[in-house]
Amino acid sequence: MIEIFNISKSFGDKKVLTDISGTFEKGKPNLIIGASGTGKSVLLKCIVELITPDEGKVFFDGRNFTDASRKEKIEIRREIGMLFQGGALFDSKTVEENVRFPLDMLANMPRDEKQDRVNLVLNRVGLKGANKKMPSELSGGMRKRVGIARAIVNNPKYLFCDEPNSGLDPQTSIVIDELIRDLTEDYDTTTIVVTHDMNSVMGIGDRIMFIHQGRKLWEGSKDNITHSGVKELDDFVFANKVMMAMKEKGQV
Amino acid sequence: MKEIGRYFIFLGNLLVNRESFKTHYKLVIDECVLIGLDSIFLFILVSSFMGAVSTVQTAFNLVAPYIPKYVISQVVREMTVLELAPTVMAIIFAGKVGSSMAGNLGTMRITEQIDALEVMGINSINYLVLPKVIASLIMYPMLVVVAGVCALVGGYIVGNITGILSPDEYIYGIRYMFNPFTVTFALIKSFVFAFLVSSISSYKGYYTRGGALEVGISSTKAVTTSVIAILLADYLLAQLLLSPA
Repeated sequence: MIEIFNISKSFGDKKVLTDISGTFEKGKPNLIIGASGTGKSVLLKCIVELITPDEGKVFFDGRNFTDASRKEKIEIRREIGMLFQGGALFDSKTVEENVRFPLDMLANMPRDEKQDRVNLVLNRVGLKGANKKMPSELSGGMRKRVGIARAIVNNPKYLFCDEPNSGLDPQTSIVIDELIRDLTEDYDTTTIVVTHDMNSVMGIGDRIMFIHQGRKLWEGSKDNITHSGVKELDDFVFANKVMMAMKEKGQV
Repeated sequence: MKEIGRYFIFLGNLLVNRESFKTHYKLVIDECVLIGLDSIFLFILVSSFMGAVSTVQTAFNLVAPYIPKYVISQVVREMTVLELAPTVMAIIFAGKVGSSMAGNLGTMRITEQIDALEVMGINSINYLVLPKVIASLIMYPMLVVVAGVCALVGGYIVGNITGILSPDEYIYGIRYMFNPFTVTFALIKSFVFAFLVSSISSYKGYYTRGGALEVGISSTKAVTTSVIAILLADYLLAQLLLSPA
C-alpha cells in the first residue's frame, strides 16, 4: 500500500499540484486520470521522487519515503518497477539485455537463473523469441511490453505505469491493460497507472483518482464514474464519443 | 555561480553510491574504445598536418641567414609539445568526444532512460558519467602522445620533401636543448583537459531539459564551455608550472 499526504509541487510560479492526498491499495490497479497537462505524471514522479515535491509525504507500506535517508530510499526504490511513457529502453542494449539489466545490477543470482527469469517474463508479456532484437526494431506496443517485462523482472512490490497506452491502437491498449491487471493480481503488487484513456478507465478502473488542474477532485471506481456529480469529471468522461453515445442511449 | 555550484555537486555525485568495480570495468573499456579508436584517425590527420604547416611557416619566418636551420625543428618541437598536441587537440577532443557525450546523455535524459536508472535505485551519475571520465583520463593522454609524434613526423616529412632542412638538421633540432619537463607538462595538461572536457560535457548533457532541439543546444554548450575551460586551465597551468620563480 502507498499513502500520499498533501503533495504539492510548483515549477516557478506555476502551481502544478495542490495538496493531493490518497491511498493506493495493492492487488488491483489504481488509476490516476485526468486531462493532459493536469499534473498526473508529475504526481507519479513525485511519489518516487524523480521530481522532489515542495510539500507532502509519501509512505510505502508504512515506511516514510520522504524523510528516509539516501540509503533507505535506494532500498525502497529497488522494490519499484516502472513503465515509462516511451518505454525508456536502453537503445544500445538488446531486448534481453534491457530486461536482464535490473537483475545484473541489483540481484545476486547465477547467470542461468537470470536467463530463465528473463525468458519467463518475456514469455509472460508475449514476447517469446524477441530476445536479440534491438529497441529500434520494435513497434510501440512491443516497446511497452519490453518496458513492462523490465519493470517486473525483479519481482517488484510496487509497479508504476506512466501512460501505458499512449500512442497505441485500441486493441494493443486492451492487451497492455489486461497485462497490467493480471500482473498486479498475480504478483499482488501495489500498482499505480497514470492514464487519460477512457478505455483503460472502463477496463481496469476499479480504483480511480481524478485530477483536475493539479487538484484531486474525485475518487471512486468505474462503476460510479458516470454519476459522480463532479462537472469536471463528467466533461472528461463524456468527451469520449462512445461514452457520450452510451449516455444518450441511457446505457450509463 | 549557481551553475558552478551545481557542477561541483554533480562531481560529488560521481563518487557516492558507487556501482561495483566489475560493472565499471566493462563500461570503462567500452568508453575507451569509443573515445580512443573513434578519435585516433582524426588526431593523426590533424596533428600530421599541423606539424607540416608549422615547419613551413617557421621556415618562412626565419629569414636571417645566420640562424641555423635546425632552429626550425626546435621551434616545431616546442610548439608541438607545449601547445599544439595537448591544447589544440583538446579543443578537437571537446568538439568530437565532448559533443558526443553531451548528446548521448541528453538523449538518455529526454527519453527517460536516466529516470529509469534512478527508479531502480542506481546512481545514474556514477553509472553513466564516471566511466566516461575515467576512459577520457586514460585515452586522452595517449592520444596527445600520438598527436605529438605525428606532428613531429609530419614536420620531418615536409621539411625533407620541400628541402627546407635536411633530415639530419631536423633530427638535430628536435634533440637540441631538449627539456624533458616539457613532456611532463604536456601530460599534466592532457589529464586536466581530459577531466574538464569529459565532466563538463557530461554535466551539460545530463541536465538537458526538453526535446531533441535542447539536446543539440546542450551539445553546443558542452563544446563552448569546455573550450573556455581548456583555455583558462591552459593559462593557469602555464603560469603555475612554467613561469620563472
